[in-house]
Amino acid sequence: MMTKTATLALCPECEGNLALGADVQAGEIVVCGDCGVDLEVINVAPLALALAPQEAEDWGE
Amino acid sequence: MKIGVLLSRLRVEEKWLFESLEKRGLDYDKIDDREVRFNLDAPEEWLKYDVVLERSISFGRGLYATQILNAWGIPTVNLAAVTATCGDKLATTNALIQANVPQPNVRVAFTPESALAAIEEMGYPVVLKPVIGSWGRMVSKVNDRDAAEALLEHREVLGNYQHQIFYIQELIHKPGRDIRAFVVGDQTVCAIYRTSEHWITNTARGGRGSACPVTPELNAICVDAANAVGGGVLAIDLLEDPERGLLINEINHTMEFHTTVPTTGVDIPGYIVDYTVGVGQPGNGEIKKQGEPA
Repeated sequence: MMTKTATLALCPECEGNLALGADVQAGEIVVCGDCGVDLEVINVAPLALALAPQEAEDWGE
Repeated sequence: MKIGVLLSRLRVEEKWLFESLEKRGLDYDKIDDREVRFNLDAPEEWLKYDVVLERSISFGRGLYATQILNAWGIPTVNLAAVTATCGDKLATTNALIQANVPQPNVRVAFTPESALAAIEEMGYPVVLKPVIGSWGRMVSKVNDRDAAEALLEHREVLGNYQHQIFYIQELIHKPGRDIRAFVVGDQTVCAIYRTSEHWITNTARGGRGSACPVTPELNAICVDAANAVGGGVLAIDLLEDPERGLLINEINHTMEFHTTVPTTGVDIPGYIVDYTVGVGQPGNGEIKKQGEPA
């Protein structure tokens, strides 16, 4: 996990730079443009990202 | 009125639902299903909710959470009984048979040997599906005996017990597309075609959406199918058979609509919120009975 106070953040997987919109919300999934990993916004202020949960067998519609 | 929204992650669908709730000035809580703890002897903290909108990405979490809430008398969209039916393809098939709603032929077997016999009685190609699952995962087109034997062995060796419930569906020679229709209450509010060069046309697997007109025929079969599984807010997947016409393929109880809203311009989240408010109204017995058998 990694924390930052602005809408700029580092990917906790590859340390690539992510720029998130001002309207980002907790629970959103964002994709790192550098390494392609799914990240979950777990907190907005301060901004905190963590690796998103892996897809489980019972996920879906 | 107080509304709970049970969710696993904030997809665009949930964002749109929250916007609709806020636009209507409704009081709601976001409830992360990873954090909930139910004390089954102490429902008090949950009784503040007039209705809970279930948007879990996990079938298991959504099913058991709504079972608990319904047992406490808290209505949910959808009801647990509807989720239990729609989340299990065999249960859905049985509900459709009981209601005389047309669907592809299905055979079920419990061992690889009996499944192979069932497949050969049906004739190749067939579609082998897990009874629990979504987004087209592990849905297999079985073209010949070699493929059937390999798939059935893999299911037996690698899968859990649910993968040894062999659900075998007739392959429908659809015209490169299927139909995804959205039913809210007693009306089909919109539909899209999902077109793909691949035989699996789910948008989660690359299918492209385009507007599909809601004809009286489409509306009628979709509403019949929705009622067969207990009603509510449902996404109905249909196949167009060249001879038999529209057939119900699957029914989804926590549908995604990020493709359908921009394709059709229909305010699906608004419909869902309005329906949820209706379910949560005190004394709205008619809506709360949606989970009872049709």
